[in-house]
Amino acid sequence: MDNLGLLMGGFGAVLTPENLMYCAIGVLLGTFVGVLPGIGPAMAVALLLPVTYGLDPVAAFIMFAGIYYGGMYGGSTTAILLNTPGESASVMTALEGNLMARAGKAAQALATAAIGSFIAGTIGTLLVVFFAPALASVAVEIGAPSYFALMVLAMVSVTSVLGGSPLRGFIALFIGLTIGLVGLDLNTGQPRLSFDQPLLADRIDVVVVAVGIFALGEALWVAAHLRRSPAHVIPVGRPWMSRADFRRSWGPWLRGTAYGFPFGAVPAGGAEIPTFLSYITEKRIAARHGKDEFGRGAIEGVAGPEAANNASAAGTFVPLLALGLPVTATSAVMLAAFQGYGIEPGPSLMTDQPDLVWALLASLLIGNALLLVLNLPLAPVWAKLLRIPRPQLYAGILFFAALGSYATNLQPFDLFLLLLLGLLGLMMRRFALPVLPLILGVILGPLMELKLREAMAISGGEVDALWSEPLAVVIYAVVAVAIIAPLVLRTIRPAPAAVAVDEGLAGDTTREEETVR
Amino acid sequence: MTTIVVGWTPDEFGEAALRRALEEARLREGRVVVVNATRGDALVDERYADDEQLAALATELGGAGIEVDVRRSMGADVGDQVLAVAADVAADLVVIGLRRRTPVGKLLMGSVAQRILLGAECAVLAVKPTA
Repeated sequence: MDNLGLLMGGFGAVLTPENLMYCAIGVLLGTFVGVLPGIGPAMAVALLLPVTYGLDPVAAFIMFAGIYYGGMYGGSTTAILLNTPGESASVMTALEGNLMARAGKAAQALATAAIGSFIAGTIGTLLVVFFAPALASVAVEIGAPSYFALMVLAMVSVTSVLGGSPLRGFIALFIGLTIGLVGLDLNTGQPRLSFDQPLLADRIDVVVVAVGIFALGEALWVAAHLRRSPAHVIPVGRPWMSRADFRRSWGPWLRGTAYGFPFGAVPAGGAEIPTFLSYITEKRIAARHGKDEFGRGAIEGVAGPEAANNASAAGTFVPLLALGLPVTATSAVMLAAFQGYGIEPGPSLMTDQPDLVWALLASLLIGNALLLVLNLPLAPVWAKLLRIPRPQLYAGILFFAALGSYATNLQPFDLFLLLLLGLLGLMMRRFALPVLPLILGVILGPLMELKLREAMAISGGEVDALWSEPLAVVIYAVVAVAIIAPLVLRTIRPAPAAVAVDEGLAGDTTREEETVR
Repeated sequence: MTTIVVGWTPDEFGEAALRRALEEARLREGRVVVVNATRGDALVDERYADDEQLAALATELGGAGIEVDVRRSMGADVGDQVLAVAADVAADLVVIGLRRRTPVGKLLMGSVAQRILLGAECAVLAVKPTA
């Protein structure tokens, strides 16, 4: 299969004025939500899920892809200028990036982050172009038992490898799986967990769950902690880099990409580990060359992790497009969007919807270039967004959240569900339960059940059919490693998040409560 | 002893108000209470002093030879916070800096100065930075 030819076809589809406009809207919106901590691309895509009813799939996914990449860019701006990482992926960027900004080198930090993101995103997307179709053509042969095992792997790895506490992760995962169970059993027509409510028997719409947990939950959490000591943005002009900065950056960019892509591509994703690995690698290399500026604002410490997190973001498209397995919150919500269009995500996606897939990949490359063009000159403008008062900002978000949930089915009952799920989201934030496993459980749970039923139907109810395929056995072995390895590693050496805390930077400083007066 | 409350922000408006408050304090042999308040509902508020600006303020006040108290607070309305301090210390005079607002700014933002002017129990002195 001539992947590059197909990609060119994708470019042809994207390069219409209308699609370019959606791409631009996407990257601007993505940067907007990325700059503001607490609001991420996952929330933005969730709020925009209802537009999929009126938009053709190609345009919608071009916009979503723009939001995804834009969120990554925006997060680094806040991390550097405010020392507030918007998400775990930019924790490492904030370490050296903020030190650089304090030393008066904010412009160079922003430039190396933006250009590094562009390079890593472009290389990563090209790798997706080559890997995803190959993986998909193999994956088509995968039987239901192995597919089930893959989904177990995605859930377990996301839950236990990422985040600080596996217990909290699994609690969130099982809440999500339970929400995914609500409604009529598609095989037997029995109502499950519907409490004799005909409206619940209809299943809970993914839009309502995603909007409730991401948007309403966050809004309630912010409302509960409305007043916090404000900070100052470090003033910055137009980002630029000198020749010497380039010389010091290109190595970290490429190494960061090499770390990030594989971690995104295997369904054990997340940008936390590769950014951490990239950071310590650059630190070691700098020390060996005897010019270790880490701790005083080293440009390598921004270039490497920033490239790693974008490469990992690109890498997550491999499992999403080739297997239908999401490993980040944003790609999970994008999977829900596929379902909204009645498109079955999975290995057959590439052959069933080639136009959509290639247009999506082409738009990733175009969006990446647009981001570079937009963000280099606009960084000071984006920093101004941080002055928006929270009441106004979240009032807007609540408006769109309620509108979107209601518009899905025109059912007032959905607004009641939205409120309940929003309260659940608030409680999850209160008790530091990660949101990603829950969303993954809600979205992957029903698909997983489908594969389980399929495997059971084929085997006539024999449970050992689940490990009848060699591939499934291998995957379960990996699952076991994914559960045990973090436990072992934690005893040997502290988790990346703990190191970040040690170095004077909490994983999520906005979550810290402050006492004033 | 005369007590003068000054609404201070780390910019030219706060600077003008503070300078005038110190002059008044010297004239009346009184003390100065500096109030720096924020609504605290945005991530960034340039008018809420950071540690560096507070240190600069402390050195400036240290050289003035006047009894000075600095209070920082956070609440729904900056004007109310200044008024609360004024009531608390039984102020004889409140000094504030006036800023110019555009027509759109008037529409969007409430005026801290207006709240203080209308709500204060004592005299209010409004100053502008000399151009």
